[in-house]
Amino acid sequence: MDLALQLFFTGLGIGAVYALVALGFVLIFRATNVVNFAQGEFSMVGAYLMVVFAVDLQWPYGWAFLAALAGMALLGVIFNLGVYYPLRHRTFLPVIIATIGASIFLANTVLALYGPAPQVLPGWFETPGVQIGPVYLDSQYLLIMAVTIVLVIFNFWFFEHTLLGKKLQATSQDKEMASLLGIPVATMIMLTFVYSALLGGIAGILVAPILFVSIQMGATIALKAFAATIIGGFGDVKGAIIGGLALGVIETFGAAYISVPYKDGFAFLVLVAFLIFRPQGIFGERVAEKA
Amino acid sequence: MTRRRLVGTLAFAAFTAVIVAAVALIPMQDYTMHILVQTATFSIAVFGLAVVLGLCGQINLAQAAFFGFGAYAVGLGTSTLHLNFWLALVIGMGFALAMGAVLGMTTLRLGGHYLAMVTISFQQIVTLIMVNWIALTHGPDGVSGIQRPALFQSAQAFLAVCVFAMALVGYMVWQLPTTRLGRAMRAVRDNELAAGVAGVNVYRVKVAAFALSAVLGGIGGGLFAGGFSYVSPDQFSFAESIVFITMTLLGGVSSPIGALIGTGLLIVLPESLRFLKSVPGLYLAIYGLAIILIIRYMPDGIWGFVQDRVRRLLPPPPFAGAPEELVLTQAGTASPGQEPPALEVQHLAKHFGGVKAVDDISFQVRRGSVHALIGPNGSGKTTTLNVLSGIYTATAGTVLLAGSDISAVPGHARTIAGLGRTFQNIRLFRSMSALENVVIGAEQGGHHAEVSHAALVERARAALAFVGLEGRAHERVTGFSYGHQRLIEIARALAGQPTLLLLDEPAAGLNSSEKLGLLELLRRIAAKGLTILIIDHDMTLVTQVAEHITVLNFGRCIADGVAAQVLRQPDVIAAYLGTEPDAPAFH
Repeated sequence: MDLALQLFFTGLGIGAVYALVALGFVLIFRATNVVNFAQGEFSMVGAYLMVVFAVDLQWPYGWAFLAALAGMALLGVIFNLGVYYPLRHRTFLPVIIATIGASIFLANTVLALYGPAPQVLPGWFETPGVQIGPVYLDSQYLLIMAVTIVLVIFNFWFFEHTLLGKKLQATSQDKEMASLLGIPVATMIMLTFVYSALLGGIAGILVAPILFVSIQMGATIALKAFAATIIGGFGDVKGAIIGGLALGVIETFGAAYISVPYKDGFAFLVLVAFLIFRPQGIFGERVAEKA
Repeated sequence: MTRRRLVGTLAFAAFTAVIVAAVALIPMQDYTMHILVQTATFSIAVFGLAVVLGLCGQINLAQAAFFGFGAYAVGLGTSTLHLNFWLALVIGMGFALAMGAVLGMTTLRLGGHYLAMVTISFQQIVTLIMVNWIALTHGPDGVSGIQRPALFQSAQAFLAVCVFAMALVGYMVWQLPTTRLGRAMRAVRDNELAAGVAGVNVYRVKVAAFALSAVLGGIGGGLFAGGFSYVSPDQFSFAESIVFITMTLLGGVSSPIGALIGTGLLIVLPESLRFLKSVPGLYLAIYGLAIILIIRYMPDGIWGFVQDRVRRLLPPPPFAGAPEELVLTQAGTASPGQEPPALEVQHLAKHFGGVKAVDDISFQVRRGSVHALIGPNGSGKTTTLNVLSGIYTATAGTVLLAGSDISAVPGHARTIAGLGRTFQNIRLFRSMSALENVVIGAEQGGHHAEVSHAALVERARAALAFVGLEGRAHERVTGFSYGHQRLIEIARALAGQPTLLLLDEPAAGLNSSEKLGLLELLRRIAAKGLTILIIDHDMTLVTQVAEHITVLNFGRCIADGVAAQVLRQPDVIAAYLGTEPDAPAFH
C-alpha cells in the first residue's frame, strides 16, 4: 500500500510533464489543425538550453531558466516561419511530414553539437525532499506538480479572460472570420507556436533533473504526450491534462509491477486500447469532415 | 490491355532481363555488390511507401519495422531453425502483412495524425522487442550466419535475385495506379469524402494500401538479410524509417521510378560523403532538413518534376470514334402506381448534441420526378442530404431507396445501391484528369467487377459527352473553370448509373449563362427518366425544373407538395421573406 502511494505520487509527477507537452500539442492543433511532431523536441531543446546556461556557463538557476525560455520563444518563432507558415495552404500531410523532418533535424543537430553522452542537470532545490508518513515527496516532483497547476490555471485565465486569449481562440476556430474582424491571424498563429514552445521547454526543463538530458527524451515524451491527448480526447485541453496524468500513473505502476525494460511500451498498449474501444477519448468528440 | 501498355510491358521485361543478366555476369568488387544489394532491397521497401504514401496518401513511419520483420524471419528462420530460405521469406511476408493489417485496421478509421503517431509508437515497440527479447531475437548482438537459397549461394547470384525481385515488384507498383484498386487509392488520397460518395470503401482501400506497403517492406527486409548474412536491431530503427521516407519523398512520392531514384541517391550519396558520418547525428540532421526543403520546394520529388515536363510534351492519344449515348436508369418493370417511390424519408432526425438540425421530417420523391428541397439558411437542407448519402448517421428515422431500407447502410454502399450525389463545394480528385474522375464514379470502387475496364471508360466518356466536356477528357480537373468542374462532378455521379441523383446547390457560384446551361442539363437528365432531388437557393432554377417542392425551416418540414401550390403558402413566404403570415408578401 505504501509502495502504491509512493508510485502514485511519482506517476502524477511524471504525468504532469506529459500533460504540459500534451497541452502544447493541443494548442497548436486547435490553432492550425496540424499535429506538431516536433513538440517533444521542444522539451529536449529546452532541457539542453538549460544545461548550456546552468551547467556549462554556471549562471544562477533562475537566470538560466529565463534565458532558456527566451531561447524557446525564439525557437517557436523560427519553427513557425520555417516549417508551418510556408505550408499553411497545403493539406495536412505535407505539414505533418515537415514537422517530422523538423523533429529529426532538431534532435540530430543537438546530437551533432553535444554528442551522444547524456547530460545531467541538477534540480532546482538543494533539499532532496520531504518524508510525509509513508510517502517520500521528492522536491523536483513537487515542483513539477506545482508548476503544472499554475500553468493550467494560467492557461484557463489567459484563454477565457484576456482579449489576446479570445483572439487566439477566434483564430483557432475560424481563421477567415477572425481575419475579417481585424485579428492579425498570422501573428496569432505565431504566438501559438511561441506559447507551445515555451510549454514544451518548461516541461523539458522540469523533467530534466529526473531523467537524463538526452537526444531521445524528446521522442519519448512526444509519444507519451500524444497518447495522453488521445486518451483525454483529441483537441481537448482538459482531456490532455487528465490523459497525461493518467498515463504517468499507469506507466509507473506498469514499470513497478510488470516490466521495467518495456516501460515505454505501456503507453502504446493504452493508446491502442483507446483507439479500438474509445477513439474519441474520455472527453473528446470526433468531428466529422463537413460536406 | 491496350497496345501502348503491352509495348511498355515488353520493353520493361527486355530491359529487366538485360539488367539481371548484367549484374549476374559482369565481375564486380564486393563493395559495389553491397551497394547494389542495398539499393535493390531498400527500393522494394520504398516501393511500399510509394503505394501507401504516394498513391493512397497515408503515412507509414514504421517501414523499417516491417523491413525488420522480413529480415528477422529470414535471419532466424535460416540460421536458428534451418528453414528453407523461401519458406522463411514467405513467413516474414506473412508476419509483416498480418502486423500491417492489424495496425491499419485499428488506426485507419481515424485521421492521419493518429496513423503517424501510432506507426512511430509501433516502430519503437518493435525496436524495444528486438533489443530486449534476447531469447527470441538474440538482442543487440543481432543474428549472424544467415543462409541464402541453395541455387543462389554466391553473393553475385543472390544480387541477381534481388534485382529481379525489385524489377518485378517495381512493375506491379508501376501498373497499380491504372488498376481499380490503384484508382480507388488515388481517389482516397485526393478526397476521402468524395471517394466514399463515389462508391469507394475508403477504409478497406486504406487498410489494403497499408498492408501492401507492409508486405513490400517484409520482402525487401528478407532479401536484405540474405544479401548481408547478418542483421542487428539498429538496422531497423526509427532512424531507418525516416531514411525510407526521405528516399520516397526525394525521388517522387507516387512512382516506383521516383522511389528507385531516391533510394539510389540516398545510398550512394552518403557513401561518397562518408565524412558526414564521422560526426554522429550530422547526416540525419541533413535528412531532416532535406525533408522540410523537399516538401516545400519540390513536393512531387525529382521524378515528379521530370514526369510533369514529359507529360506536357506527350499528351495521351485522342479517342477513336464518337462517344456512346449515355444510358441512365433502366425502366421499372412493375406497372405504374405499383412501384415504390424513388426515395421515401420517414421521421428522419439528426441532432448534434442539443441542436436539432433535422427534426422529424418525412417526404417522398416520386419516381421520374424532379423534386426540390428548399428552405432558408440553416434550415437543415444540407444536413438532410448528408444523412441521406450516409455521411452523417441519422439520429432517428428511416430512409427507403426504391422501397429498400438503406438507413443502416454505409455511404459507399448507398452509392452502389443507386444514390449519386454532388457537393455544394466541389469535391473532385484534384490530381486526376476529368476522365479518371468520372471512371471512378463509373466503377463505384470496383463493385462492377464483371464490367471490363474498357466498358467503364466508354461509360465515363458517354457521361462526359452528356455534360459536353468529352473533348477535354484528358485534362487535369484543376485546369477547368468552376462551372465546368461542377459539370464534371455531375458526370461522375451520372456515370455510376444512379436511380436517384442528389444535387447539393448545383447553381451556387455559377454565372447566369452557366446557370442556363445547368438548367438545360437538368432537363435533359429528367427527360431520360432519372429522378432528381435538388437543393438550391436559386428560386428561378427551382421553379423552372422542380415539379414537387419540400420546404424546411428550423429542421422541420413546413410544406410539401406540387411546386406552384407550395410557393403560394403563406408560411413558406414568411419563412423566406420574414414577413408576418397574414401580411401581403409582395406589392
